[in-house]
Amino acid sequence: MSPEALREIARNMVETVPQASALGFKLHSIEPSRGSILTPWREDLVGDPDTGVIAGGVITALLDHACGLATISMATDSKTPFSTATLDLRIDYMRAATPRADIIAEAHCYKLTRSVAFVRAHAYDGDPADPIATAQAAFILKRGPVA
Amino acid sequence: MSEAAERLETFLGRVPYVRFLGMHAKLAGDEMTATLPFAPHLVGNTVMPALHGGVLGAFMEMTALAQLSVISPPSSRVPKTIDIAIEYLRPGKAQVTYARADVRKVGRQIANVHVEAWQEARSKPVAFLRGHFLLRGA
Repeated sequence: MSPEALREIARNMVETVPQASALGFKLHSIEPSRGSILTPWREDLVGDPDTGVIAGGVITALLDHACGLATISMATDSKTPFSTATLDLRIDYMRAATPRADIIAEAHCYKLTRSVAFVRAHAYDGDPADPIATAQAAFILKRGPVA
Repeated sequence: MSEAAERLETFLGRVPYVRFLGMHAKLAGDEMTATLPFAPHLVGNTVMPALHGGVLGAFMEMTALAQLSVISPPSSRVPKTIDIAIEYLRPGKAQVTYARADVRKVGRQIANVHVEAWQEARSKPVAFLRGHFLLRGA
């Protein structure tokens, strides 16, 4: 798939899916096997009103979406992309996100079989070496034309 | 209203993200059921259509935190999530979703919570969550 075609599919997945657009996701980077998404801090997404820290649920959705993005980037042909569904997702929260900082989630699909993708991801808000959370996920692939 | 129900209402009313999801919860004795009405902004797959996997995970995590608020001392801070593991069994359809949390262990610092989410029938779960949460005082 050409870089332009991949970028188009990726942008579509990150910015037009209703939940992704409701959370304000933006495509940050895309290449075969890797993708990253940026999401801005927002007051209505706060999970701890005492500190203004964004809800874990937002990080969960962000990491899940980034893992799905890395998975679809493995499609070799833009005419036969595949859709995916999360099979399992494990997230470790290392520290609270910094209030009012953008968060980036980067995902790497490190193994693809005929029907399953294995993906790792991490989320950070400044220094990539100081992650907010890391994730490990498996996705089931549904090959064939996506309606 | 019982003290437990008041703590639950306080938690649900104070957390902005609870309103973003649109979830609510009811206590029957010490059993809490959380409800997530369907809303278009929760969709992750418009073709099926299906709820976003992250939404189901987030809903179950908030259900765990809400259940912990019920059993925590008054004015405790929201617990911090340490880790969660989510298993997806079925697609979440474009309809109401329910969840119940089972607090398996509460120690001095850590709570272990299992959550189950379902739609038409509890015997057909859509997803499970297991999590550890760090408890914090006032």
